[in-house]
Amino acid sequence: MSTSILPPGAVSPEGVAKAAPMPDIMAPKKARKGFLGYLLRYPTIGIGGFLLLLMLCVAVFAPLLWTTDPTALAPALRTRAPSERFWFGTDMLGRDVYSRVLYGTRVSLSVGFGVAICASIVGLTIGLISGFVRWADSIIMRVMDGMMSIPSILLAIALMALTRGSVGNVILAITIAEIPRVSRLVRGVVLSLREQPYVDAAIACGTRTPVIIWRHILPNTLAPMTVQATYICASAMIAEAILSFIGAGTPPIIPSWGNIMAEGRALWQVKPYIVFFPAVFLSITVLAVNLLGDGLRDSLDPRLAKRV
Amino acid sequence: MFAYIVRRVLATIPVMAIVALFVFSLLYIAPGDPAAVIAGDQATPADVERIRASLGLDRPFLVRFGEWVWRILQGDLGVSIFTNLPVTKMIAQRIEPTLSLMIFTLILAISIAVPMGVVAAWKSGTLIDRAVMAFAVLGFSVPVFVVGYLMAYYFALELDWFPVQGYTPIANGFLPWIQNLVLPAVSLGGVYIALIARITRATMLEVLQQDYIRTARAKGAGQATMLFVHALKNAAVPIVTVIGIGIALLIGGAVVTESVFAIPGLGRLTVDAILRRDYPVIQGVVLLFSFVYVLVNLLIDLSYTLFDPRIRY
Repeated sequence: MSTSILPPGAVSPEGVAKAAPMPDIMAPKKARKGFLGYLLRYPTIGIGGFLLLLMLCVAVFAPLLWTTDPTALAPALRTRAPSERFWFGTDMLGRDVYSRVLYGTRVSLSVGFGVAICASIVGLTIGLISGFVRWADSIIMRVMDGMMSIPSILLAIALMALTRGSVGNVILAITIAEIPRVSRLVRGVVLSLREQPYVDAAIACGTRTPVIIWRHILPNTLAPMTVQATYICASAMIAEAILSFIGAGTPPIIPSWGNIMAEGRALWQVKPYIVFFPAVFLSITVLAVNLLGDGLRDSLDPRLAKRV
Repeated sequence: MFAYIVRRVLATIPVMAIVALFVFSLLYIAPGDPAAVIAGDQATPADVERIRASLGLDRPFLVRFGEWVWRILQGDLGVSIFTNLPVTKMIAQRIEPTLSLMIFTLILAISIAVPMGVVAAWKSGTLIDRAVMAFAVLGFSVPVFVVGYLMAYYFALELDWFPVQGYTPIANGFLPWIQNLVLPAVSLGGVYIALIARITRATMLEVLQQDYIRTARAKGAGQATMLFVHALKNAAVPIVTVIGIGIALLIGGAVVTESVFAIPGLGRLTVDAILRRDYPVIQGVVLLFSFVYVLVNLLIDLSYTLFDPRIRY
């Protein structure tokens, strides 16, 4: 700020410099350093990360957690209420709901992480191309506009109706539905990064475009990408459950939370627990990922933290 | 202004064309042989050939696409593989429940979410604000069918306040119609309310720091006038934009909500079509919903001048 625009009577910057030193009570609070301090500043990362880690453990160690074969039929023991023997009860085919729900964690997490990774990679590639190749940009963005006009669940449903149900195809279908959003985000970031002085400097130094992208652009897209990837992971898990629930997702033979709920649907008025337990697990897992995403967003972009 | 409207309306034509092209080419880009998948596991080779011919997969892509678009422009969405009825007729039979559900949810969600966001921004940093934000995170995390089943179990089965399932046409009376819609609308609206409340709070926080708000306060405007007349009107554009984008959530959610509450609407039609692998029906519903979505967002774009006269075209 130059002194000329200061209102009359205001203290000039020189005057401020000579003022008495700030009293000690104004000293900034010392933030705790290290990982623990980080978690204390962003508690949602801690809570979300912990819950997600818990779910990961459940998925990995499902066979060790007092489960039985999740697909074993026992018609004599069907629709038993939760008890000491069947913690979450049994479904109409006598399968142990507890075991099925725990194994279902594997499906949800694979779909969530699978879609987050695939959509990020494809979205990054498309976003970078459209941010750097002028003639491709308008074509790509029109196609993305069109794809974004199809509600993503419907797009995934349409894709699943044409393929045989499998976890891989579910990941593929949800990824295709998520790509436009990621590409637009990356493109926006790339377009603003291109105008940065350090990119001009790199160009002036004769750096080739691929090196500029790799060294200067890509690292700066990673922060917003990470945040976006967590949100994609959360919405992919919900999408998988929806697809399975309406019969367009994971094949019924695989215990996934959506499938368990779909099977419990016919009986939900009398045996609500079959729907209840997978629903709770799904909600907690999605909540964990969302909390993690909110925390990451606040910590990676402090300017946004106060606003949203 | 008029020129802008015309340009904006014309600009949606390429978008719709791309939507149509995309929905159409799904048949070709799907991995595997869609005709075999649609025919099912018990189909004979003759069945597969028949379906391949009825989907037009045996003819060149562009010829087939041209014919298909021409028929759509004439209002023909094809014929269901399963019932042999025209898809447009099947959609017309099922559109009322879905339309009722979505409009009711829209009104309910906006009238809950906007005041929520306004109050959260006004009392920012307080317990109320934190509660609204916590609700927003929950709204994003708890899927539609989970809220649906919980509400149906508690409010319909336990308390018997509302019918458990089903739909009553509005022709049979307003009260039964609305009674059947309350639970589905609240469960469908959860995510939507979270989304709108969050953007309302964020925009209002920004607007409340503006000079004209201080001026309004200084000249003695009441809190309510200040919040809803001075501030909310200036925050309207981003909020309305998000309401439009969020329609996609409502459309996706409607498919599930209708399954949970046994509402015989377009969502239910889609689910039935999936189970029967009736692709023309799915294609028709996806196309219809996408066009509605594009049109709603077009209208919202055009409405910006109503909220903010500074926007001129």
